[in-house]
Amino acid sequence: MNRFDYVRAGTVAEAVQAYGTADRARFIAGGTNLVDLMKYDVERPGRLIDITRLPLDAIEDHAGGLRIGALVTNAALAYDARVGERYSLLRDAILAGASAQLRNAASTGGNLLQRTRCYYFYDTATPCNKREPGTGCPAIGGLNRIHAIFGASEACIATHPSDMCVALAALEATVRVSGPAGERMIAFADFHRLPGSTPEKDTNLEPGEIVVSVDLPETGYARNYTYLKLRDRLSYAFALVSVAAGLELDGDRVKTARLALGGVAHKPWRNREAEALLQGKPATRETFQAAADLVVAEAKPQSENGFKVELARRAIVRGLEQAAAGTPQSITDKRIQ
Amino acid sequence: MRLESASPVAADAKIGIRLTINGEVRDIQVAPWTTLLDLLRERLDLTGTKKGCDHGQCGACTVLVDGTRVNACLILAVMKDGAEITTVEGLGGLANGGAGSNGLHPIQAAFVEHDAFQCGYCTPGQLCSSVGMLNEGHARTRDEIREAMSGNLCRCGAYTNIVDAIEDVLQGEAR
Ligand SMILES: Cc1cc2nc3c(=O)[nH]c(=O)nc-3n(C[C@H](O)[C@H](O)[C@H](O)COP(=O)(O)OP(=O)(O)OC[C@H]3O[C@@H](n4cnc5c(N)ncnc54)[C@H](O)[C@@H]3O)c2cc1C
Ligand code: SF4
Ligand code: FES
Ligand code: FES
Repeated sequence: MNRFDYVRAGTVAEAVQAYGTADRARFIAGGTNLVDLMKYDVERPGRLIDITRLPLDAIEDHAGGLRIGALVTNAALAYDARVGERYSLLRDAILAGASAQLRNAASTGGNLLQRTRCYYFYDTATPCNKREPGTGCPAIGGLNRIHAIFGASEACIATHPSDMCVALAALEATVRVSGPAGERMIAFADFHRLPGSTPEKDTNLEPGEIVVSVDLPETGYARNYTYLKLRDRLSYAFALVSVAAGLELDGDRVKTARLALGGVAHKPWRNREAEALLQGKPATRETFQAAADLVVAEAKPQSENGFKVELARRAIVRGLEQAAAGTPQSITDKRIQ
Repeated sequence: MRLESASPVAADAKIGIRLTINGEVRDIQVAPWTTLLDLLRERLDLTGTKKGCDHGQCGACTVLVDGTRVNACLILAVMKDGAEITTVEGLGGLANGGAGSNGLHPIQAAFVEHDAFQCGYCTPGQLCSSVGMLNEGHARTRDEIREAMSGNLCRCGAYTNIVDAIEDVLQGEAR
């Protein structure tokens, strides 16, 4: 690890100020991603700002929904009674990720800002546009089995690895941030970005902005939802493809649908046309297949990840079926029903 | 030096922190880049906690921080100033009174009883993780134990007996 100076912030304002006065400052919360990357010299902060003592660890009722402090751990969030009852999609997505130990340490803000697991990004002996802009992207034409099939660019084909964020995208959460220019709200869909020609930027946060809370709207799709995560082993592995689905049904018809995919793009992937297609249609396999076909029509696989296209298509159909039937994927019994 | 305010501590300075480790209060000077795992093993001679991967991928370094199981390899010690740390060396003491005449925590006794290890390298992490899992109180069934313990890899494949040992203690608690 490189040498850095250390600041223990007591308030959000102190944290923001400490960021502004340093070269290569980083906030640190659970440390489960940042410390890992520092050990590989992928991150070499000049200053670490410890934000774990900020008063941002509460989950509060807010505007009919919930306001989740940025320091609420992934475990505390998943096991909160209100989340279990009203936002079980979020609970299941969190519990499908990482391990119990990591979820005990990982924070809500850190989960949003975790970086890609692209092998080249992690290996400082190789070029990588995300780590060192302008050096190239060896994943294109290289080892890209885990990479994106949607929304990638010539500069970067990395994916965002979070499970929790896929559920937050489907639920249309809002991210509240505070920075040198004050506070602002960012719709979840606008928080993460596609790589374009600047893959070094994962999100639309400005330098020095800190995530203060993630706000959930009233509707949680708690009756008809699923989080279906497909991966190389059944636990403690990142998603190759995951599906967060939430439906509101009107009899046997779909009233509204939310569908987000993980493991396939630089951000949780939503397709509004597919969601619109589902609206008002009978909740049948034929309808779900049509939506899935629409989503994967846009897919642009790489040399080694063509399998993800068919995997995504089938996962969407199965996920929507599980949601419609009210039989969400079990997070302990991993058999897919 | 001790940290009082939000003013930065220069990169070459050591920082004074206080940790209660296995019941003993320790005042320690650490560089900010020292992980809790390295502090325990290299500075405090508590080598029961193991380093497997050093990247959060194996669970060998699992310890309890304020009763919660975490990976010591991904924690900077300086950030845990004021915390209570329990390592495998302290599990017997944690059982306060619940420890058997041999000084073992019930989960340790169950691991012995069920032969829940082969080489033993993952065992300290498995033990601390089991105690953390019991504290959390979410796992009941075998499937739930397996999922809740999936953050602890065992290259010897002692999983079946590990689950047996935990199930035994869990059922004992329920009785
Ligand atoms: C072995 C392993 C397996 C994993 N598996 C999964 C998985 O299957 N699914 C999954 O979703 N995740 C997985 N993870 C990732 C894990 O979820 C993240 O590491 C964790 O959520 C990061 O949170 P943290 O608080 O520890 O972040 P930190 O490491 O503290 O910070 C991460 C980044 O976020 C920034 N940051 C933190 N808080 C804020 C804030 N409030 N405002 C602004 N910036 C902030 C930091 O500056 C840093 O850049 C895994 C991790 C490991 C090590
Ligand atoms: S995919 Fe992105 S992160 Fe991976 S090597 Fe290419 S530029 Fe780097
Ligand atoms: S050494 Fe910490 S998880 Fe492997
Ligand atoms: S007993 Fe050898 S690694 Fe688990």
